[in-house]
Amino acid sequence: MSDDILPADEPAADPDSDSGRYKLRLYVAGQTAKSLTAMKNLERFCEQHLAGRYEIEVIDLLKNPQLAAGDQILAIPTLVRRLPSPLKRIIGDLSNTEKVLVGLDIRPKDVTP
Amino acid sequence: MADLHPPSTLAKAPTGIAGFDDIASGGLPAGRPTLVCGAAGCGKTLFAVTFLVNGATLFNENGVFVSFEERAEDIATNVASLGYDMAGLVAEGKIAIDHVRVEPSEIEESGAYDLEGLFIRLGFAVDSIGAKRVVLDTIENLFAGFTDMAVLRSEVRRLFGWIKDRGLTAVITGERGDGQLTRQGLEEYVSDCVVLLDNRVDHQITTRRLRVVKYRGSAHGTNEYPFLIDDKGISVLPVTSADLDYGVPEGVVSSGIAGLDAMLGMGGFYRGSSILVSGEAGTGKTSITSSLIDAACGRGERCLAFVFEESGAQICRNARSIGIDLDRHVRAGLLRFEAARPSVFGLEMHLARMHRDIESFDPAVVVVDPLSALHGPTSELQATLMRMIDLLKGRGITAVFTSLRSERGGEPADDLGVSSLMDAWIKLLHVEANGERSRTLYVIKARGMGHSQQVREFLMSATGISLVEAYIGPAGVMTGTARLVQEAQEKAVRIRRQLDEDRRARAAARSRLTIERQIAELRAGLEAIDDEESRFSEEDATREALLDDERRELRARRNGAE
Repeated sequence: MSDDILPADEPAADPDSDSGRYKLRLYVAGQTAKSLTAMKNLERFCEQHLAGRYEIEVIDLLKNPQLAAGDQILAIPTLVRRLPSPLKRIIGDLSNTEKVLVGLDIRPKDVTP
Repeated sequence: MADLHPPSTLAKAPTGIAGFDDIASGGLPAGRPTLVCGAAGCGKTLFAVTFLVNGATLFNENGVFVSFEERAEDIATNVASLGYDMAGLVAEGKIAIDHVRVEPSEIEESGAYDLEGLFIRLGFAVDSIGAKRVVLDTIENLFAGFTDMAVLRSEVRRLFGWIKDRGLTAVITGERGDGQLTRQGLEEYVSDCVVLLDNRVDHQITTRRLRVVKYRGSAHGTNEYPFLIDDKGISVLPVTSADLDYGVPEGVVSSGIAGLDAMLGMGGFYRGSSILVSGEAGTGKTSITSSLIDAACGRGERCLAFVFEESGAQICRNARSIGIDLDRHVRAGLLRFEAARPSVFGLEMHLARMHRDIESFDPAVVVVDPLSALHGPTSELQATLMRMIDLLKGRGITAVFTSLRSERGGEPADDLGVSSLMDAWIKLLHVEANGERSRTLYVIKARGMGHSQQVREFLMSATGISLVEAYIGPAGVMTGTARLVQEAQEKAVRIRRQLDEDRRARAAARSRLTIERQIAELRAGLEAIDDEESRFSEEDATREALLDDERRELRARRNGAE
């Protein structure tokens, strides 16, 4: 259904079975500078903080415009955290690391007790 | 209004909103965005929805509704009360609704972004149904969801440019802000057409008003126009033209009261004239109008009555008591009552409502009963009434207004200052005398025809209304019982005189008879005398004869004895 840049399988798994997993969806519109930056930043965070327990799905709205309404996408790029709930949205090219971490409720491993 | 169009006219997208397209010389600018702004509850969304629905149903232009506030289902429900079947139109693929939810609490910003997603959504919706019209309601909600105002503003500007590039006719709604038309200054971006809606409360009565603030490249009405939202949708009342260039319909219509027609030189009122019936409470104003209505409907004309103090059914019932059956006209569809409490709307709204009803019913006669029920500041009242009369005259409608004269005898308020606008004025007056009141009627004026200057007494009975000539004699004008008494007195005098004459005649006849009898008696006496005389002479003759015989016998006897 989408232009997969990173491997993203869509299992219909229920969220509680694997509570530590992050399901992320990144909405972009073509290969713009902002989109590419966002993808790069996202990849970097996930590897740093969520290694092995994340899935990223990238959706290019230029190719699938009908998907924009479903997740209430206005701004591009938008990162949507589908799991764990609640749903969170982060807009922008994700260049502000602090905001992304707060937005995704990711606590760096070394801070977690 | 056709002459308002410039030679190389801007393409217009008609809204289908009654009256608005007249003001805007045809509609909104086609292929451009229009800003519709106003405070909360002004009817912005409704205006926008009407624009879309009419586009889809009347002008074959599909439309996209992008809602930044309400959910699609809510919008469909809200406008269902106006008779718009949004769900049906969505199902037919004529309208697409996209609800853009802006939830600041769910959004975290990190780095640069733009609103390409909105463009994609809008573009997708437009392409999916081939839309020509777009509504953004209310785009200002975006400003609550994002913190980067610079990006937002440039994106909004880009959006409006995009709309123009795509050739979409757009209605963008905006909330009224302090000191500017919209809170976020959207008017800076939308420079083609700006419509301002307003909802003002004056004397506890709300009046909706609409003004075209600017319209680049097109002439437009510049005034504030009252508009109306009810179960028939939005209608805007264009303030009628100030010129008196309407044609004058010929012909005379009967008032339905023979006596009144007789007072008017032409045997009735001119068709298309304005008639004022003024009088105190209970002088029979409504009865006269009922009679006029009956006469009009009897001629097969359509009649629309705006009644402010009674319901239509009540007027029908009351008219029955004077032998007028209005129910049959209602049933025949010739007569329609529009009853409303005067305090429900402001003056402008009443006028707007009347305007719309007149447009839809197309009557030949309009009755406003009573005009005096409409309250408001005098200047506004007069202006409204003037426009009302203009509206009716422009259509050649015969108008009948009633006006309640105040009991306190406030003579100037009597005609609400509109008598000069009226072509005919009938004044009903109570005359109080000898402990009773009677109704009288004058024709104060009747333009273009001679009319009786006399007062008539006005009687209502189960057989209808009739006018009786009041008694005018040396003792003054008398009405009611006084008239009857006066008439009775005159009658008594007449009878007495008659009796006298009769008596004299009888006396003469009697004396003639006496004399004749006397003559007859005398004649009889004469005859008796004659009779006697002849008898005497006969007797004499007989006696003479006897005497002769006796003498002869005696002589003979004497001769024998000798």
